[in-house]
Amino acid sequence: MKKEGKRMVWPAYQKNIADDHYYYSRSCIRQNFYPGTEHTFLRILGQLNKDICDDPRHTTCTGIGYHTDVVPFETAMTVIARHFALMTGLGYENMITSCITSFGLYSEVLETWKEFPESEEKTREYLRKATGREFNIPKDLSHASDIIYKFRKEISALGTHRLTDIHTGRKLRAVEHIGCHYSKMFPSRGVGGAEFPCVLSGLIEEFGGEVVDYPERRLCCGFGFRQYFIKANRGFSVACSKKKFESMAPYEPELILTNCPGCFYFLDRWQYVISEMEGVLYGMRNQGIPVLTYEELAGLVLGYDPWDMGMQMHQIPVEPLLDKMGISYDPEAKYKGLKGLDLGVPLQPRQLAI
Amino acid sequence: MPDWGYQIHKDRQIDFDRNDRRLAQYIRKYEPTFKLCISCGACTATCSTGNLTEFYNIRRLNILLMRGEIDEIWSQISKCMFCGKCELVCPRGVSTRKVILLMKEGIQKIKENEQI
Repeated sequence: MKKEGKRMVWPAYQKNIADDHYYYSRSCIRQNFYPGTEHTFLRILGQLNKDICDDPRHTTCTGIGYHTDVVPFETAMTVIARHFALMTGLGYENMITSCITSFGLYSEVLETWKEFPESEEKTREYLRKATGREFNIPKDLSHASDIIYKFRKEISALGTHRLTDIHTGRKLRAVEHIGCHYSKMFPSRGVGGAEFPCVLSGLIEEFGGEVVDYPERRLCCGFGFRQYFIKANRGFSVACSKKKFESMAPYEPELILTNCPGCFYFLDRWQYVISEMEGVLYGMRNQGIPVLTYEELAGLVLGYDPWDMGMQMHQIPVEPLLDKMGISYDPEAKYKGLKGLDLGVPLQPRQLAI
Repeated sequence: MPDWGYQIHKDRQIDFDRNDRRLAQYIRKYEPTFKLCISCGACTATCSTGNLTEFYNIRRLNILLMRGEIDEIWSQISKCMFCGKCELVCPRGVSTRKVILLMKEGIQKIKENEQI
């Protein structure tokens, strides 16, 4: 393709991302399994002097229940309408979701209301009857990774570390995994659309790393609610992740970057499960491949303490990556809480070194 | 190992870079006419076993052979009665009866970990 033509086409793949004044909607999975990540996001926006509201009144978006056919769509729409009402009540117009499932469901609701205005009217009526609240549709709906992507140059300029090997100066090889519900359902709502999503690859390149392309790059991680929540079906779920690991392993990635809580959780935890079941690890020197979220990567670049960001909660140890990036950390403090309280040391897996 | 309550599903992707091609190579070595097959299906159309039993299909066996799916071939191949009608109708002169015989022989050797 001619570069001029590419430049002409590319603006059509961009999305509008608000500059400031955000209402933040948290993720069920992340705030339970990796609580430091969302805190890190708020900390980064604080450092960038952005106004963000972390409202304790907001609830689950019902995404998990909706995708497992437990929660009807009308209920999901009403719960999301309540979130919009909370946002409106506080005077905000820009919504950020921490979770890709939420982002997908919010998008689905907004698109449904656009196509079927009568469903919006009905939802307004349900909300009015249930809570007495009214709401405005957000002017801007973005995922938290969009925000980090938007301010990537500012973060890079403020940063103290780069995604390079400090010993050799080599760019670190990173693979990115974008959650399916980010732009596969509604391509215009993701940076780069469904064909060229660059919300994570843009970060890696900006922070000095090398993006590795591999055959199964766009394959689902396997989370898919139905196959995961029924225990006996989890074999399909782990098989999906395994297919990805086998595909990426020959390229020797040093990091997996994700923007979806489910993908992050699975790509991290399934490496342990596969190692226990089959004795295989996909990282170099028989280690796992560290998995990071976009805020954790941005936090490392900004010089935040990895344990303050809760990176001790990862199944795959991040120390090999920290060593390469030249980030100092206290091994003794890994399993200490913020106030120095002992968090307890996890049991040693059979294959994976922790 | 702990009881996980599930197992990792086997990948069903047909990956020609990783296929077990031993049996196909074995047959080509000892029955070179096998290379002439154009998968027209005349053998399948005339096959008595195929008409009298379920799932037996010589053309399908050839595809499974190329994919290296030996277990599936093994589960079907014992149905062949070696009547030879397939060989009579083959427009390319492939000795299909010999191919079936070599399939049985080759799989047996693979199962007994013999070099083929």
